[in-house]
Amino acid sequence: MNGPRRVGLLDYGSGNLHSAAQALRAAGAAVVVTSEHDVLLRQDALVVPGVGAFAACITGLEAVGGRELVADWVSSGRPLLGICVGHQVFFERGTEHGVDTAGLGLYPGTVEQLPVRRLPHMGWNTVEVPPDSRLFDGLAGERFYFVHSYAALAAPPDALATTARHEDQEFVAALERDNVASTQFHPEKSGAAGARLLRNWLAS
Amino acid sequence: MSVALRVIPCLDVHDGRVVKGVNFQNLRDAGDPVELAASYSAAGADELCFLDISASSEGRATTRDMVQRCAETVFIPLTVGGGVRAVEDVDSLLRCGADKAGINTGALARPGVIDEIAARFGNQVLVLSLDARREPGMPSGFGVTTHGGRKSAGRDAVEWAREAVDRGVGEVLLNSMDADGTTDGFDLEMLRAVRKVVDVPLIASGGAGTAQHFVEAADAGADAVLAASVFHYRTLTVAQVKEALRAGGHTVREGVVA
Repeated sequence: MNGPRRVGLLDYGSGNLHSAAQALRAAGAAVVVTSEHDVLLRQDALVVPGVGAFAACITGLEAVGGRELVADWVSSGRPLLGICVGHQVFFERGTEHGVDTAGLGLYPGTVEQLPVRRLPHMGWNTVEVPPDSRLFDGLAGERFYFVHSYAALAAPPDALATTARHEDQEFVAALERDNVASTQFHPEKSGAAGARLLRNWLAS
Repeated sequence: MSVALRVIPCLDVHDGRVVKGVNFQNLRDAGDPVELAASYSAAGADELCFLDISASSEGRATTRDMVQRCAETVFIPLTVGGGVRAVEDVDSLLRCGADKAGINTGALARPGVIDEIAARFGNQVLVLSLDARREPGMPSGFGVTTHGGRKSAGRDAVEWAREAVDRGVGEVLLNSMDADGTTDGFDLEMLRAVRKVVDVPLIASGGAGTAQHFVEAADAGADAVLAASVFHYRTLTVAQVKEALRAGGHTVREGVVA
């Protein structure tokens, strides 16, 4: 490949755009932040960020045609990365305060509130990485920055799952399947470990 | 394994510059904020807290510009407090690269603003910055203060922490105005009193003088420990604090990839 990897960062009104864009640039990518499909579809790779509530993020995504964009992108075979709520919306459903919201359905299963005493799960936690992970290459034993109260408790059977634990509850920390990858934690806020993970992803 | 105890250097910012001073008097310029932030991050800080003490809206705008430059080079969580009164204030801080907003006087003046901010951005974005001191007559013995501890807000500190969490703050930054500036150690009594009523992460602040003080705060139930002067004056490094915490049986973030 010639020149830096061109990454599209989907802007649908969710937080952390600035941080994600800067971290990707620091990892060597040329980043464009937009909701314009024709611009995004010309990039080499796509990132879906997300902060806040599942339902609010889905509403924001739908307002910019995110469902169609992500579906088209997945079938194009090019790399896709979801971060935090961007990871959560890749699941079939999200349940918040008893209200079910349809996700993008790339993964089977539901995102729900962690059944633990202390929420949000906030801070630097360790992860259990499967041996074949490319995303976590060189990152054994590192901690990543999490801040969330909701998560997928069960991993899709056909994806490579990295897990983490808060109190006694195990949950999905990251997934890799074909050209789709996603993390519950924030690689853009995880210092040198997060930077290495983003470089690993850009090299995929 | 579990979440690591966070060590958080705090930087006082005035018109976009990091300053040192005692009780906001005799402010001295303490160097380039972005360089300072980067050096704390390289030293192993788990998060950074900026407290904006600018009085004017121009000063706050300059500070936001500084936070933006910081977020371009420092890839750990950034909390920014000072002057947050409405949803739009949090929005503008997030847009310039802050991950969390600290709220203090704005929430005391109108508690409902917590609900509004949490509904828009989620609980995790909002930190209650609680300046408290011993106040006879308050049910818990601790009262909320404003104006750097000089004025009583007429509210019980423990009760206010509980209400703020119920309304939707995702974290409580407890600053003891009795301990602040003493370097005699964190206010463990106050810390335990607030820990009893809140399940969200609790950050201990005020009074740090030695590495052992941080261990005591962790033992008393803090999820994170924050300090300004011991780091600025190089009395302690972040690494020394983490070493003491580790020796005291607490989990800290260690390995940093090349």
